[in-house]
Amino acid sequence: MSMLKPSPTDRVLTFSEAIREAIAEEMRRDPTVFIMGEDVAEAGTVFKVLVGLVEEFGPQRVIDSPISEAGIAGLGVGAAITGMRPIIDIMFGDFITLTMDQMVNQAAKTHYMSGGKLKVPMVLRTTLGATRRSAAQHSQSLHAWFSHVPGLIVAIPSTPYDAKGLMKSAIRNDNPVAIFEDKMLYQLKGPVPEGEYLIPFGVADIKREGTDITLVATSSMVQVALEAATLLADLGISAEVVDPRTTTPLDKQTLIDSAKKTSRAIVIDEGYEQYGVTAEIASVIADGAFYYLDAPVKRMGAMNVPVPFSPVLEDVTVPMPQGVVDMAKMLCGKN
Amino acid sequence: MTQSTEFDYNAVDREQWLHMYEQMCKIRSFEENANELYFSRKMPGLTHLYIGEEAIAVGVCEALRREDYITSTHRGHGHCVAKGASLDRMFAELLGKEAGYCRGKGGSMHIADQDTGNLGANAIVGGSAGIATGAGMSIKMRGTDQVAICFFGDGALGQGLLYETMNMAQLWKLPVIYVCENNLYNEYTHNRETAAGSLKARAEAFGIHAEEVNGQDVRAVYATMLRLVERSRQGEGPAFLLCQTYRFLGHHVGDVNREYYRSKEEETLWKTERDPLKNLAAWMIEAGLAEATIFGQIEEDVQAEVAAAVEFALNAPFPNVSEVTENVYA
Ligand SMILES: Cc1ncc(C[n+]2csc(CCOP(=O)(O)OP(=O)(O)O)c2C)c(N)n1
Ligand SMILES: [Mg+2]
Repeated sequence: MSMLKPSPTDRVLTFSEAIREAIAEEMRRDPTVFIMGEDVAEAGTVFKVLVGLVEEFGPQRVIDSPISEAGIAGLGVGAAITGMRPIIDIMFGDFITLTMDQMVNQAAKTHYMSGGKLKVPMVLRTTLGATRRSAAQHSQSLHAWFSHVPGLIVAIPSTPYDAKGLMKSAIRNDNPVAIFEDKMLYQLKGPVPEGEYLIPFGVADIKREGTDITLVATSSMVQVALEAATLLADLGISAEVVDPRTTTPLDKQTLIDSAKKTSRAIVIDEGYEQYGVTAEIASVIADGAFYYLDAPVKRMGAMNVPVPFSPVLEDVTVPMPQGVVDMAKMLCGKN
Repeated sequence: MTQSTEFDYNAVDREQWLHMYEQMCKIRSFEENANELYFSRKMPGLTHLYIGEEAIAVGVCEALRREDYITSTHRGHGHCVAKGASLDRMFAELLGKEAGYCRGKGGSMHIADQDTGNLGANAIVGGSAGIATGAGMSIKMRGTDQVAICFFGDGALGQGLLYETMNMAQLWKLPVIYVCENNLYNEYTHNRETAAGSLKARAEAFGIHAEEVNGQDVRAVYATMLRLVERSRQGEGPAFLLCQTYRFLGHHVGDVNREYYRSKEEETLWKTERDPLKNLAAWMIEAGLAEATIFGQIEEDVQAEVAAAVEFALNAPFPNVSEVTENVYA
């Protein structure tokens, strides 16, 4: 399994092209892989991520479903237990609430409850992220919900390279894996090598090296952290940006090592701040790097409010680069 | 299609038909302006237009009282207008302004208006089936003779919640009327690919009184609803009304190139032969109930009202940022 980093000379793909390529490659490789969801076939999903797949693989493997999230998640579990590798497409991350029993009480527990006999090799791919002016029921980042449940794997890619590698690993994994894709990232471009590669779960990636402060950022927040790091560099603060890439399993060691090196950390994630991914990661760092820290570990998540529609309100509910800069300056004593 | 054969349309006052025409006209004009606000980039986000389906909202709501409840969908402007909301505050909501029905917090897909019994549009397909049925339960417990209407699209027939709640509504004889707006599509997929068997028989399986109506004919929708509402008020329990209809435009304002999922011919057929406004006007003229000129006059008046509402919304201020943390808890 190769773990190469993308090189600047690689061809450039968008985030959505990288996901499509990952799914197409795995469908070519393994006839048991199929994808099912609302408007995945001719429409290629509402975000056009899967355009072209039905033409190549046909409607037997790229299946338009009724608007039945609980049902398709359940069919996914059953098909996975009996020899298929389903990818269940849930249009908006907000709708995972409708799949909860199937994912939490069925998919997550089947392997354990059966004493290791049954396996559920399914993927649930869905979205996260606000600022699309889509209001409270189409803007949430609910990946913490699945991250809470033992038996589920949760991947949250932030670049085209990671999106492809994590999707391929998810399809080949023998566990239920949920992948959350940031809707705002679909058009993001980045290098993706031609050859085959996989990204293992539980391996964080350092997106930018630095020495003064660690910015742990996930998914949509990686770009925010990178922008903040650029702004901080102008102020003489060297920020390291670490992307865990999967919340479960979590690469605790890389996070702790980075915080030990820089002695300060901010954790940034677009889920609600209360009881969220940031809380878990901050506690891991506070615990593992305690003697090395010069400041309390800080968290920045989505504001603890339903996502409002009005742009003037929505924009203050998610972390933005300037907010990260201000927090970092404070932690570094540069006010 | 079951028509209300016993119903004598001539028994309805001419003014009332004209009012229904005006209501449909308001909805259409509201939607045309919403579309324009999207294309001129004045409206944030996307919106789902109700053009083509006006006769359902108007026919249904015309049979209701102000204190009756409705729950609505992502395609909810028509229901909202028909239940009596004011256009300026609706546009203000679409633009995220403080003067909007939800102070800009809800947007197009979440307009609620307690004063007219509108318990809210809903961006979760089928998501309001519980709310409408619960409102029916509350009506029964409080002992009033209100009814609750649950509007939903054919796509919502895919959601389990609808079946759980219809079952309880019939078991407990709740005054809920499930109005299915069958416009043939779930987004970009025809419902022959998503719904097995008969749509109406789904309700009948629970023993719910179910009828089917031409959703392009406001007269038929209204006449049928009058009967269904009366049954429910009398304690006879829920009903299901399947309305055959069509959205003339895209799933949402951005859905402009539609040929990959439905033909131009199909669209043209519905637009030219099954336009609810044209058809009501044509019938009234033929029945000698109105002169042709009156419809143009109504349209002009409505367009002026809508233009003023848009102007109001464009000039209205955004909410203060400090409002973002308000209303999370009651
Ligand atoms: C539970 C849920 N799943 C998916 C969606 C995305 N979605 C929004 S509208 C729609 C189609 C709804 O079709 P229908 O109920 O027939 O209503 P129409 O748009 O035709 O009026 C879908 C799938 C959603 N909002 N909620
Ligand atoms: Mg429909």
